[in-house]
Amino acid sequence: MASVAIGLRGINKSFGAVRANRDINLEIPQGTIHGIIGENGAGKSTLMSILYGFYQADSGEIFVDGHKASIDSPNDAIAAGIGMVHQHFMLVENFTVLENVVLGAEGSPLLNAGLARARSELQRLEEEYGLEVDPDAVVENLAVGLQQRVEILKALFRGADTLILDEPTGVLTPAEADHLFRILRKLQEEGKTIVLITHKLREIMAVTDNVSVMRQGEMVATRKTAETTVEELAELMVGRRVLLRVKKGEAKPAEFRLSVKGLTVKDSRGVPMVKDVSFDVRGGEIVGIAGVAGNGQSELIEAIAGTRSAETGEVLLAGKPVDVTGSADPAELRQRGLAHVPEDRHNVGLVLPFEENENSILGYHAQAKYLNGPFLNIEAIRDDARQKIEKYDIRPADCRLKTANFSGGNQQKIVLAREMEQDPDVLIVGQPTRGVDVGAIEFIHKRLIDMRDQGKAVLLVSVELDEIRSLSDRILVMFDGRIVGERGPDATEGELGLLMAGIEAKEAAE
Amino acid sequence: MSTPYAKLPGWADYGLIPFINLVVAFLVAGLVVLLVGESPIQAAGLLLKGAFGSAAGIGYTLYYATSFIFTGLAVAVAFHCGLFNIGGEGQAYVGGLGVALVCLTFDGIFPWWINFPLAILGAAAIGGIWAMIPGWLQAKRGSHIVITTIMFNFIAASLMVYLLVGALKPANSMAPQTRTFAEGAHLPKLDWLLEMFGASIRSTPLNLSFVLALVMAVAVWALIWRTRLGYEIRTRGFSPKAARYAGINEARIVVVTMMISGALAGMMALNPVMGDQHRLQLDFVTGAGFVGIAVALMGRSHPAGIVPAAVLFGMLYQGGAEISFVMPDISRDMIVIIQGLVILFAGALEHMFRPAVQTIIASLRPSAMRLGPAKGEGV
Amino acid sequence: MDFINLIVQLLDATVRVSVPLLLACLAGLYSERSGIFDIGLEGKMLAGAFAGAATAAVYGSAWLGALAAMAIAVFLALVHGFASITHRGNQIVSGVAINFIAAGSTVILGQAWFRQGGRTPSLSADARFNPITLPGAEALRDVPVIGQIYSDIISGHSLLVYLAFLMVPFTWWVLFRTRFGLRLRAVGENPAAVDTAGISVTWLRYRAVICTGVLTGLAGTYMAVSQNAGFVKDMTAGKGFIALAALIFAKWRPVPAMFACLLFGFLDAFAIRFQGIAVPLIGKVPVQLMQALPYILTVVLLAGFIGRAIPPKAGGAAYVKER
Repeated sequence: MASVAIGLRGINKSFGAVRANRDINLEIPQGTIHGIIGENGAGKSTLMSILYGFYQADSGEIFVDGHKASIDSPNDAIAAGIGMVHQHFMLVENFTVLENVVLGAEGSPLLNAGLARARSELQRLEEEYGLEVDPDAVVENLAVGLQQRVEILKALFRGADTLILDEPTGVLTPAEADHLFRILRKLQEEGKTIVLITHKLREIMAVTDNVSVMRQGEMVATRKTAETTVEELAELMVGRRVLLRVKKGEAKPAEFRLSVKGLTVKDSRGVPMVKDVSFDVRGGEIVGIAGVAGNGQSELIEAIAGTRSAETGEVLLAGKPVDVTGSADPAELRQRGLAHVPEDRHNVGLVLPFEENENSILGYHAQAKYLNGPFLNIEAIRDDARQKIEKYDIRPADCRLKTANFSGGNQQKIVLAREMEQDPDVLIVGQPTRGVDVGAIEFIHKRLIDMRDQGKAVLLVSVELDEIRSLSDRILVMFDGRIVGERGPDATEGELGLLMAGIEAKEAAE
Repeated sequence: MSTPYAKLPGWADYGLIPFINLVVAFLVAGLVVLLVGESPIQAAGLLLKGAFGSAAGIGYTLYYATSFIFTGLAVAVAFHCGLFNIGGEGQAYVGGLGVALVCLTFDGIFPWWINFPLAILGAAAIGGIWAMIPGWLQAKRGSHIVITTIMFNFIAASLMVYLLVGALKPANSMAPQTRTFAEGAHLPKLDWLLEMFGASIRSTPLNLSFVLALVMAVAVWALIWRTRLGYEIRTRGFSPKAARYAGINEARIVVVTMMISGALAGMMALNPVMGDQHRLQLDFVTGAGFVGIAVALMGRSHPAGIVPAAVLFGMLYQGGAEISFVMPDISRDMIVIIQGLVILFAGALEHMFRPAVQTIIASLRPSAMRLGPAKGEGV
Repeated sequence: MDFINLIVQLLDATVRVSVPLLLACLAGLYSERSGIFDIGLEGKMLAGAFAGAATAAVYGSAWLGALAAMAIAVFLALVHGFASITHRGNQIVSGVAINFIAAGSTVILGQAWFRQGGRTPSLSADARFNPITLPGAEALRDVPVIGQIYSDIISGHSLLVYLAFLMVPFTWWVLFRTRFGLRLRAVGENPAAVDTAGISVTWLRYRAVICTGVLTGLAGTYMAVSQNAGFVKDMTAGKGFIALAALIFAKWRPVPAMFACLLFGFLDAFAIRFQGIAVPLIGKVPVQLMQALPYILTVVLLAGFIGRAIPPKAGGAAYVKER
């Protein structure tokens, strides 16, 4: 039996009132790939940040190779042979690969020697593990997959024996992810220990030797991957929560409310993220867009909602064109009956320092009923907010409270109440239940079904496949900026998963 | 400005912490007085006596405060939009040009009560335009507004010198200033206001623009918290992304906010130019634009805080003059130090005493600490 | 050859007025490259000038003056660091505060200590950094053009002038050839990358502002102990802001910074030399326009009409570990 590379005992960590890690115990055998799985917010990243010295645990002990280690900073972790590939890359974008690799491990006060050493070391690592990357390329010009490779090289250059990867595939294409897994196996063969943090079961099954499951800050189980099943892990992850299936009647699709034709959208870096996308949404149906985060869904809904301008293509709202490539703006679209619940409610959908009532009119603040000439009609706004609070059961029921003081679920209800109560013809909803507690999820799902039953056209974008499957009447799968398939509500998870991984699209291309 | 710190009860946030910051600023200023070899306590006594000891003192205090209310409001309006307008000094300076042009043109034609609104428009228009350019450059070209407004201060100074030694100077004069305005461009003094409190008084420069400053304080409050435009300004200030989402035209809001800010700064010129000196002089702003930064920071960008903060600085200016009579080593420049210290402690170091205050309050009244929501849950 | 003489005089003056700009500009470069915006260059220069002149006047030593100038400027730089690094305060606000504190205290202390209306006593020659005649300057003086350039423009400046110009390649070397420089550039772009690489963001940024303090102290020393024979109230007169403008103009790079400072210095020298005099081809240029030109040029640059000035990405923002 292999010795233990990393041992954690009784780790506790709180952020204010939130207990991110509770009494965590974990042993990771040397030379294995160890998966840590859990839902968003289960405490995985916090735990690994403690192991990497980025945070300090409130209590608990860390053992490296059987010896107690005190890891107070990333420096200590690096010295103990622990390297980390962060979810958001820790790279200096206008530096070359070489400069990034050498940063913090220069060796001497003068750079040249360190750079030369790094260059030959990169050469060696490239040959040994197939980690090819041009050392003189500037990082910002590299594709995401290559940037991640630079992160791995950084860790290896520092002599890491244990490599932590935090959600490494979130930003990768399936092909890049496969390549990454091959690299991980190669590293394992060379005796490295790999810790893979993810919330994707498929990856755990595909690549790990052992898997630990976290839920709400606790380590609930550790299994040998070969001896467990996807179903068991899923149940461990979510607890006794059963798969949510919202009761809903037959959809009665009516006329076309939203039509998208040949839409192409670039992101702020100028990279095309949405490529020639076309679809329709009718009144009385929910169309769900499934896909791995970062495949263009965000840019798609931003372009339709007018917060990002498109390169080419057409959008018709109730049959009439919207100038998505030019002057379309959210205010005009709202007037034409389009409501938008954005993905990022903290920075986009809400102004957190505002009072609740001020947020309950955001985007609709120019409506006559909220104004007296150029002045705000404060009484009307507050009355209106109080009504919404009651109808949507927003807690605490105080329209003067600062929005930042509401929980995630209640914040989301504030946004939903605002958008739904405008009686829109078309509702675009991005990640409606991200960071929302279970009780609120059910409420939100019911509301979305209600909207459909009232004959509204609902476009739902979510990375939660369960959510898409339980709410949508039609499911579109987005991959690499394109709609790669359409399925009915009875599509299986496996079928959709393959589409989301772009497998059908790739086979068709070959 | 976002704070990565936990919440405090309102009274601590808006009362106690600014108070502590202010006290520390004055304690450090006291150290400077000690260093100079004078007694800080005696200096403080002289300061209070100078500022409030006589009706004339009060008149001067409020006269200075008038200028600082305008410039403080100017900085505050921009803050609400997330913009740092360091250009109040220059905007006030060119605002003086607007006042002077109106006064020089109409002083012999109209009475003051017609010239006053015209001069307000003139000051606001030129000050507004001077601030609008950096605003436009920020909105359309992405130029950092802090840097451009600094640059515009210097450009304004050069422009005004150019005009005051050239076109604006009467041909037979050597001094770089305009001719003295006729009666029609003199604002009424507010001596009667002081006479209601004090007994006999000699003339002070306190004039009608003090009332205008107070009206503007109320107007700014209404603008920011009670109008659609103010709502849009605050939305942009807290979150440009949310503003875009809400269909607010960001470029327009930035430009309009800067115009309002510049107009307020420009109006500051009314006070010395039309209210006191009755001519446009070189460097008449004398740093009031910069004092506005301290005033806005101390007043937490709220008119209800800005007016008292402006009075405090007015007091320092007037009382400072009194101190320098008795203690020649402590000149007006002492105020500049205090101003810097207030900006440092109430602005840049505003969070320094927070952790300590939090600990103390939490230990006294655990229930008073309303914890923010879990920021960790998802995104 | 009146024309040549005129040019030589003009260029010589350009070098002199460029030096404080250059030192302050390089000072700002260290801080801003590390992600700490500094609009308090002016204040640190001013405080340095005062401390330098006061110390040189009391102890009769230019060197002690320079030390005192650097010490006080470093102190102010540390205050800026304390506010903006340790307490994550607004860097612009902190810079503004330091400018005021320096402007006020130099006058108050100057008046209290020397009673000359805020001036420091006039420095005697041995308490100043005096011009150095480079070898061969006298011999070459009569060689047309080249000799004049060598003996009048290059030779005959104080030690600080040569030091300032040597700081340009030195700063370039530090920035691009040393570990410190690599880390400095990195922390200004992405402090999280530096933090996760096991380097203290705080300590790195503090070292950067200390460099800023040292150089602004030298800039002040040059003004009060070399260029002039003592401190006068508000003697920096906006030079710190011109240096800031030059830094932006140079896009935060050392060698272009030198050229930007020389350009702005030339404009200044030109304005002084040709005050009220008609210039061939141009006519009578208002001196105020010449004085405003550096600021106008910087605004035009910032507006993106002549290239784009992109500041260090993490500039102006305090580093907060993400949760």
